Amino acid sequence: MLEKTILNDIHREAGAKLVDFGGWEMPLHYGSQIEEHHAVRRAAGMFDVSHMRAVDVVGADANAFLRRALANDVAKLEAPGRALYSCMLNAHGGIVDDLIVYFLGAGAYRLVVNAGTADKDLAWLARLATEQGLGVEIVPRTDVAMIAVQGPEARERTWRAFAGMQAATEGLRPFTAAFFRDWFVARTGYTGEDGFEVVLPAPFAPNAWHSLARAGVRPCGLGARDTLRLEAGMSLYGQDMDETTSPLESGLAWTVDRKSDRDFVGRAALDASHPARALRGLLLLDQGVLRAHQKVATAHGEGEITSGTFSPTLSRSVALARLPAAVQPGDRVTVEIRGKPLAAAVVPHPFVRQGRSLVDSHLNAARPS
Amino acid sequence: MIKTPQELKYTASHEWIRQEADGSLTVGITDFAQEALGDIVFIEFPQVGRVAEAGEAVAVVESVKAASDIYAPVAGEIVAVNDSLRDAWEGLNQDAFAAWLFRMKPANAGELAGLLDAAAYAASAEASK
Repeated sequence: MLEKTILNDIHREAGAKLVDFGGWEMPLHYGSQIEEHHAVRRAAGMFDVSHMRAVDVVGADANAFLRRALANDVAKLEAPGRALYSCMLNAHGGIVDDLIVYFLGAGAYRLVVNAGTADKDLAWLARLATEQGLGVEIVPRTDVAMIAVQGPEARERTWRAFAGMQAATEGLRPFTAAFFRDWFVARTGYTGEDGFEVVLPAPFAPNAWHSLARAGVRPCGLGARDTLRLEAGMSLYGQDMDETTSPLESGLAWTVDRKSDRDFVGRAALDASHPARALRGLLLLDQGVLRAHQKVATAHGEGEITSGTFSPTLSRSVALARLPAAVQPGDRVTVEIRGKPLAAAVVPHPFVRQGRSLVDSHLNAARPS
Repeated sequence: MIKTPQELKYTASHEWIRQEADGSLTVGITDFAQEALGDIVFIEFPQVGRVAEAGEAVAVVESVKAASDIYAPVAGEIVAVNDSLRDAWEGLNQDAFAAWLFRMKPANAGELAGLLDAAAYAASAEASK
């Protein structure tokens, strides 16, 4: 039996194609995934992300606990409302989950974790708190729904939908959040566009969804969410990284804070490691579509695609691939698709930010002159 | 309700087949198939002149979701591919029965009798839902 979000009936009535995603019945698209993708790049789209789990960490030791539990350092969150992206590691430096942590105020943080890993994360956090003997309460917020509104017009249209919200949130800089009544509004997302992620009491979500739609925000499914995040060069847990890969092999070294001597879980393993692999962007120069698990031949040995798709913004296929660490952006590699070796360029990711291609120079370089 | 034009023949693997006046066969994928695949972003056509067995994978339709093989409905030679679809792949989503993929010269015209009619295909597709 699949779990359902409070918006499930609305998706069904809108004609969404519903699929099993991490045990949840979620909309894949409402007709055309590509049109939904473009709506987010060009105007505004919204995603039901209520399957993700908000978890509040509260108590006198909350800060000390998260400085131990997370690879990024919550000490950076100097003012309430600040947010941080982090991995949570196991003792081997493998990634238990990736998450966003928001500082709510003295002794209170909110984590937003992946749907498929939420139960595992809660058990992990509870065990860690007990081991450390720290005074924290870990509160899964199953009473809330989450709607991500993303796109260049996302903030304007959200303000149009909800009277009074503009005054409460227009001062928010990227990666910060504020309360608007009992709604938690964060200027964060998973698309490479501006916008909000709104955490609100679940019973209010259906009306909020309708209000956003009336304000010109297009419902978008998980299909578009995947092509948007991949264009934006963002990793997906369970696909680009998992418990067997470290953040250093997953393009996430920038999220690991080793500036102080803070002893976070997994640090000793990372300090002792010499990553032989790195996550890189690939741009397919030939026609076709890169897909997860395809093999990549490089001058330094073989690698594998972890996420691949057709990029609607670039009209070309892009991928993230775990390659031998010596392979650098600018290198050429080949990907075997149905027995044919196709040419791809290793490129820096993100591929697209705020509606614009960041890889045109690589495409132009690839064209015969 | 599954769209299945009466005048066409079908396979259980969701190809449609139209017999032309010159005896050649025009082959595409059904509306049910395009709906299941989602937005189509690339098609790998067979080489013109390729000779295929019945049921042999001769083309690949790549959608946002996955790559799907397209099979030769009968044995024969590929005599044309629909170049007008190149870089306008969404045409296949818009009208799957107009956006043909390839034409074949069947090795044995008698093989057509083994294909499904509209009602049989509709029942088969309904059951695969």
